[in-house]
Amino acid sequence: MTDTSDIPLLAIKDLTVEFKTRSGVVEALHEVGFEVHKREMVGVVGESGSGKSVTAYTVMGILDRAGRATGGSANFGGFEMIGARERDLRELRGREASMIFQSPRTALNPIRKVGAQIEDVLLQHTQVHHRDVKQKAIDLLAQVRILRPEQRYHAYPYELSGGMCQRVMIAIALACEPALLIADEPTTGLDVTTQKATMDIVRDLTSARNMAAILITHDLGLAARYCQRIVVMQSGEVVESAPTDVLFSDPQHPYTKKLIQATPRPDSRLEDLSDVAKDDERVSAATASTELEVEGEAPPLLEVRGLVKEYPLHETAERRRVMDRILRPNLTPSPSVFRAVDAIDFVVGSGESVGLVGESGCGKSTTSSMVTRLLDPTEGTILFDGEDIGAIPARKFARHPLRAAIQMVFQDPTESLNPRFSAFDAIAEPLRRLGAPMDRTSLAHTIEELATMVGLPTELLTRFPHQLSGGQKARVGIARAIALRPKLLILDEPTSALDVSVQAVVLLLLDRLRRELGMTYIFVSHDLNVVRLLCDRVIVMNEGRIVETGKASELLTNPKEDYTRALVEAIPHFGQSEGMPTLEGSVA
Amino acid sequence: MAVIEQPDDKIESSLAAWWRHFRYVVSENPVTLFAFCLFGMFVFLAFFGPWIVPFDPLASDTSSALQPPSWKHWFGTDNLGRDVFSRVIVATRLDFMIAFSAVALSFVIGSVLGCLSGYYGGWTDRIVGRSVDTIMAFPLFVLAMGIVAALGNTVENIVYATAIINLPFYTRVARAEVNIRRQAGFVDAAKLAGNSDARLLTFHLYPNILPPMMVQVSLNLGWAILNAAGLSFIGLGVRPPSPEWGIMVAEGATFIVSGQWWLALFPGAALMLAVFCFNLLGDGLRDLIDPQRRT
Repeated sequence: MTDTSDIPLLAIKDLTVEFKTRSGVVEALHEVGFEVHKREMVGVVGESGSGKSVTAYTVMGILDRAGRATGGSANFGGFEMIGARERDLRELRGREASMIFQSPRTALNPIRKVGAQIEDVLLQHTQVHHRDVKQKAIDLLAQVRILRPEQRYHAYPYELSGGMCQRVMIAIALACEPALLIADEPTTGLDVTTQKATMDIVRDLTSARNMAAILITHDLGLAARYCQRIVVMQSGEVVESAPTDVLFSDPQHPYTKKLIQATPRPDSRLEDLSDVAKDDERVSAATASTELEVEGEAPPLLEVRGLVKEYPLHETAERRRVMDRILRPNLTPSPSVFRAVDAIDFVVGSGESVGLVGESGCGKSTTSSMVTRLLDPTEGTILFDGEDIGAIPARKFARHPLRAAIQMVFQDPTESLNPRFSAFDAIAEPLRRLGAPMDRTSLAHTIEELATMVGLPTELLTRFPHQLSGGQKARVGIARAIALRPKLLILDEPTSALDVSVQAVVLLLLDRLRRELGMTYIFVSHDLNVVRLLCDRVIVMNEGRIVETGKASELLTNPKEDYTRALVEAIPHFGQSEGMPTLEGSVA
Repeated sequence: MAVIEQPDDKIESSLAAWWRHFRYVVSENPVTLFAFCLFGMFVFLAFFGPWIVPFDPLASDTSSALQPPSWKHWFGTDNLGRDVFSRVIVATRLDFMIAFSAVALSFVIGSVLGCLSGYYGGWTDRIVGRSVDTIMAFPLFVLAMGIVAALGNTVENIVYATAIINLPFYTRVARAEVNIRRQAGFVDAAKLAGNSDARLLTFHLYPNILPPMMVQVSLNLGWAILNAAGLSFIGLGVRPPSPEWGIMVAEGATFIVSGQWWLALFPGAALMLAVFCFNLLGDGLRDLIDPQRRT
């Protein structure tokens, strides 16, 4: 598929960008260079801070004011983008080269109809007549496979799902038939099946129009599935650039090797990740005996029966329901409540590690909130060690003796740390509130021990969250959760905000802690590859119900239910051929 | 203020860190430095004014009435021969006292009400919200006039009136700030650590809403001074002969037509400078309180 026509559409050469910051000038890009040919999708891959977005922003001339290109060139079809006049660039952006961004919902204007937003671009750049512009916008919506485009034309962004919004963004980006599309992490925050549907649209539309595309992503698997060539970046430099199959079969640069190794694959095991962790000296990756001692008949620690959580529906929906009943009395009334969790039962054995998997909105977070007793169930029992903790109101549970036994690691390490608490205080908080009373020196000692256990250098304990890196914040969150030695630890996507190499280290850490402290895990995640690494058993949820339960290894290699299969197959990873079966119905 | 939230084991070092942070914030922004200097001067005058002024602010001397500014009387003298400079300086204490106590009162009550309504929502929110709306429904200065007129013409009542009319701003800011943080991960984490609602509000949420509250405080201080002076100007609250900027402007106003401009100008300028200083101080205070700005 790779086109070897000699003249590249976009040629970036020796691009150097500097940023002015409070602590002086920082070089964000150092002599970055790569080429993009016609009809080619190039993946730019790297971890956060590697400069992949800065490269795209510089080329498009939308770098913020602190940044400045100090050298190099970006030749786009014979036109020099670096140092070009803003007026020329504005003409070029949207018409010749366009871009889609990470969070589609924020990139769309929330108070304008999506149809009008597509029309804006059309009218701005091309000579579409006012009379035809609406039809053209609807055509575009149809092209990005939005069902009932005539109706969706009138929708506001908040009425559409995240995946839909990204499709609208793609429609806007492609409206003027540009020659180049830059997609900056276009599927972050979307479910795997939605991600696949979105990327399929990008691939199909760009190849149908003979366009070139740049896919900026941190996900090697995603790049492998859709790109012909991959550029690997690390701290502002291109470390390797090769055709996709060559890159994965024969990576040259140690960083590329490390990235490939850190990315969980369907067949990788925890030990495979430990090589990555070796760089991180603080983690003693003692993963030799990963053989899990728990086999089947462990005494149940947690037993959930008939658990239901209902939310009242929105007022307008309620009003519509009343109107329906008056106007169409023979219609069966639609329910007035939304069942986020619909009568689920499951058992977690002591010492077991159970994965709770599903797409966003499937009720997995609601379930975990109810189990942690942050949320009151509508119906059902939650038996913990034989005691029905579901009957204790969430507000009173803070004072309950079992509070210390159920703890949680949160999804977003930044948001879950109080910005006014130092790492020390954050870890000390549960000990001060719920732990046995202890004096200052022994408290300090305990916290230093905990920090060492999770691999957080003790000198960082005095720092505030904003002074710590993502991985360090994740460690603080874990240390806080294990401070009370809970019996049950709920992990709510603990690695989703982290780079792959950090994720590998954190996964190893979690695995080690479980064996050392004998904790029971409920691992909530949408990433099946990660779940498989850490869990013995997996529960798959969809629309508030449990779809399938089974041993992790069996369920993920040989799923019985269609939903599970679609979920497994939507995960992009390398070493996989194209043309996978799709899941059209459930995402459209 | 943030120092109080620190662990109490290393008071000296956290005080030192606090001082270093203060110096950093001030050196970063010359406007903040200027505002803090101005503020420091006002505070100094408020404390030591009565001892450093050259004349007794209440002593009248009819032989030297209505003299223009000179080396002896920097700001001139008024119709009773009192030294305007001494009176302007001595008035600082009274004006600042009124403003500070009023703002402190509305800050405390407003943030408590706002936190409760933002955190619990529901009926608490509705009751607090509508009560505050009722206050807002009146023209605020007229409301303050009414309160002082009804309660009696004393300095305390000026403080209460000013506090009441400022209450809605604090309640609303606190409510909004707590509301957006109520669902944050760190709040859930604090619940997991066994914090009761009261503890959670006091030690986890409240410190986090301080930066925007501080900006409000600073802007409000200037406003409260103006308000107190305004009330005195129309004859409510502070009564002559006690030196107060509002009264002095009011008394001096009658002499402007006859050419004695200094009577009204200097207390008016002091008033303006004070309000100016508080408005500038807002940003600096926020930087000082915000932990993100610490390095």
